[in-house]
Amino acid sequence: MKPFRYDRAGDISGAVATLAREQAGVFLAGGTNLVDLMKLGVMEPDVLVDVRRLTSRGIEDLPDGGLRIGAAVTNSELAAERRIRSRYPMLSQALLSGASGQLRNIATAGGNLLQRTRCAYFYDITTPCNKREPGTGCSALEGCNKDHAILGASKQCVATHPSDMAVALTALDAVVHVQGPAGGRAIPISELYRLPGDEPERDTTLQHAELITSVDLPPLGFASSSRYRKVRERASYAFALVSVAAALQVQDGVVRDARIALGGVAHMPWRAHQAEDSVRGRPAVEESFRAAAQAELADAAPLRDNAYKVPLAANVMTQMLLDLSLAQ
Amino acid sequence: MEITLRADGLEHRLAVDPRTTLLDALRERLGIWGPKKGCDHGQCGACTVLLDGKRVNSCLALAVAHDGAQIITAEGLASDSELHPMQASFIEHDAFQCGYCTPGQIVSAVGMLEEVESGWPSHVTRDVNAGEVSLTDEEIRERMSGNLCRCGAYANIVPAIREVAEGGRLR
Repeated sequence: MKPFRYDRAGDISGAVATLAREQAGVFLAGGTNLVDLMKLGVMEPDVLVDVRRLTSRGIEDLPDGGLRIGAAVTNSELAAERRIRSRYPMLSQALLSGASGQLRNIATAGGNLLQRTRCAYFYDITTPCNKREPGTGCSALEGCNKDHAILGASKQCVATHPSDMAVALTALDAVVHVQGPAGGRAIPISELYRLPGDEPERDTTLQHAELITSVDLPPLGFASSSRYRKVRERASYAFALVSVAAALQVQDGVVRDARIALGGVAHMPWRAHQAEDSVRGRPAVEESFRAAAQAELADAAPLRDNAYKVPLAANVMTQMLLDLSLAQ
Repeated sequence: MEITLRADGLEHRLAVDPRTTLLDALRERLGIWGPKKGCDHGQCGACTVLLDGKRVNSCLALAVAHDGAQIITAEGLASDSELHPMQASFIEHDAFQCGYCTPGQIVSAVGMLEEVESGWPSHVTRDVNAGEVSLTDEEIRERMSGNLCRCGAYANIVPAIREVAEGGRLR
């Protein structure tokens, strides 16, 4: 591992100011992804600014009925939190389907949002990768790409976003609060992430030294019966091939409202707006759900090894919506 | 950098390179060899310790980031004269072959049962809203999925953990 300086600031503004001066520095929280990437030489920061004890480790009620999650809340604590389990079960389920008990106990909400792709070429420093080393090429484009993106990819990068939590947060319209050198701002999660385009080295729209301090969940009554379903190659402790987070509101057999997001299919958690628009106002029957899933995936552009993800995503989405409608 | 670690009941003051993981600090600096270096990437669980009461992979934690932490390893679970019930149960059930993953399995199992006592749900819990967890074998397997055993002793690890859970013999 390349030598680095470890810095523990006294407060959030101090941490931000320290990192603002260090162009090759990064924030450290739980470290479960970052330390691994540093061991492999994929990331070689000069400075680590430890923020784990600076941001909040609490979950507060918001006046509008939503919840504010401190960035340092661990994945375990968040999944086990009573208000999350009852009001946003898809978020608990997403967290519990990710990583292992040991990792969830130290990985934080902020760190989970900013974890890097698990594309095997990104991790292998002997292979070209535009995300790791811009301009070197994408090894996955013509390589082993069974795990890669089917939506929104570019010729520069076909990696997927690895987080389960972020898929649920995307379906729930979470708002991410950050503190940076120029002050604070609130970013809808759909605007935190980005598609790779010509700059796959940028996972998010965050500027250097912007620190995630908390995540807000807006109130959403019908999220109390929401679900997360993940399909993977092992029963446990594996990244998603495809995942779906969804909440459905059905009244008199008609879909009133829906929130749907997909994981494992794109460079960012994929909000299924087309499917949501398609099911809204339609009968809550399998035919509508399948049509909605197919509408969402109409633009899918599979690679050599991942065409299976198109019907898989359609089937999981359809079944999820059907299960949610039958449970009402 | 100077840090303090309270490991298995003893306080240690030590100077470490910032790159030192908690695992290497325990093994190479403090001579606590219970936590094992298996994959060194957080995938196998052989390095599992209780860090301030919670099971974590010590290979992915930087020692400098845990200055002042309280760490319990498999060696610290036992008292001077008596094995921890989880250790005794692993022996009783022959829940290992080569033994390399065993300290991590045992510490992880102890941490896992505390999580169950706190009512934490898991991926296989049917209703995440349920107040109590029924610790079925399916639950044990899911909750222990962060600990790999390449000898494949799982068939005996699950009953070893189940017996401790059923006997309420956590401590």
